[in-house]
Amino acid sequence: MSEVRDDRQYTETHEWILDNGDGTFTMGVTDHAQALLGDMVFVELPGEGDEASQEDEFCVVESVKAASGVYAPADLEVVEANEALDAEPELVNSSCYDDGWLVKFKADGIDGLMSAEDYSDTLD
Amino acid sequence: MKRTPLYQAHVDAQGKMVDFGGWEMPLNYGSQIQEHHQVRTDAGMFDVSHMTTVDFKGAEAKVFLQTLIANDVDKLKTAGKALYSCMLNKTGGVVDDLIVYYIDDENYRMVINAGTTEKDIAWINTQAQGFEVSVEPKLDLAMIAVQGPNAREKVFAAMPGVEEVAGELKPFNAASLGGLFIARTGYTGEDGFEIMIPEKSAEFTWKMLLEAGVKPCGLGARDTLRLEAGMSLYGSEMNDEVSPLEAALTWTVDLNNENRQFVGRKALEKLRDDGVKKTIVGLVLEGKGVIRDHQKVVSALGEGEVTSGTFSPTMGKAIALASVPMGTTGSCEIEMRNKLVSAKIVKPPFVRNGKVLV
Repeated sequence: MSEVRDDRQYTETHEWILDNGDGTFTMGVTDHAQALLGDMVFVELPGEGDEASQEDEFCVVESVKAASGVYAPADLEVVEANEALDAEPELVNSSCYDDGWLVKFKADGIDGLMSAEDYSDTLD
Repeated sequence: MKRTPLYQAHVDAQGKMVDFGGWEMPLNYGSQIQEHHQVRTDAGMFDVSHMTTVDFKGAEAKVFLQTLIANDVDKLKTAGKALYSCMLNKTGGVVDDLIVYYIDDENYRMVINAGTTEKDIAWINTQAQGFEVSVEPKLDLAMIAVQGPNAREKVFAAMPGVEEVAGELKPFNAASLGGLFIARTGYTGEDGFEIMIPEKSAEFTWKMLLEAGVKPCGLGARDTLRLEAGMSLYGSEMNDEVSPLEAALTWTVDLNNENRQFVGRKALEKLRDDGVKKTIVGLVLEGKGVIRDHQKVVSALGEGEVTSGTFSPTMGKAIALASVPMGTTGSCEIEMRNKLVSAKIVKPPFVRNGKVLV
């Protein structure tokens, strides 16, 4: 069973988004997604200050098995990228909800996210 | 889906089971990269019971195999000696790649791929018509490959009596004891054994190997290991339409004995005389990213295609085997996710016995 956390929201494409309450959001991939992709070997992240429009591919997570794009859930500006993933992409596997986060960004709000419960239902 | 006698052992070990050519097999047991390192640095084991063993018996077993396959079994003089080869169709394409073991002039054992088994058996039976040879697929055998620098010693610890039988075996040789057939061969670029045992002994043997500290490894690690070792995979580097001369497998073709008219020989000779246009080379990616199967390769001599691409856990870089125009050297570019990325052309293997060679 994949872990889903109640403190955050989810996209249909298996990313989690945590509202930090200060106009910024933290984003990563879900436990379900990391298990499907398998061992991560590269994570390509945007730089601080980069802007992305909704639906732009702004990160790539690449496992031994496949490369997978991560799409901007809203018009956003990157505040911080998780540089630890450069040296340790496997953090996405071992700690997808904590140390394996991908980016922090500023956005005016994000539409169309699912609650933990609704996301869990899609995994059944 | 078909299951091997070790299916339950895989499930018990948290194997992530996937459909592999109609067989329900473990892709990994958690992390395929850890499993890869386990084989490079210690000892790991793979269930390869889905592969098929075929015995050839009869007065004309030898002359039949000299006709069936492109390498010459006349090279095999001592019991247990193994030979890697391909069997070809009339146009020189590869029906399958295989290992054949010599028992005596009237007894040989062959191991063929799982995914091609039905096609192979039908092909072999057609070719065997008119020869005094019986073709006997051994479907009640399990096969476990134990690989890694500590593999042999751990097999001896796990399987009492085996050291007396296999302790002195040289690479590419096999020995047998009753229903056990043990070969110092593999598909990882490390030392080790491939062990054939009766189906009913499979689970016990697997458990004894686990007890001796051999870790289970899945198909994911098997693929990254064989690719680092520069070994071909049927269906990727060669197939019914690719000849061994076009797949860097010329060393498995023996044209010395002009009287040996093996299937596909005429086509190979014509191809050789006309000039072979393509070959398989190794690629090492210089930047980030992972090379994937079927990506386009652009070189000074023309275009090619990635036949097997992956991430090398030992090197920490993406590597690949690719089909390119004959004579391509130096560097090339690979079209990856709509970008051209530079790669170095190398001669495989990339890694052997734990050491990076490129």
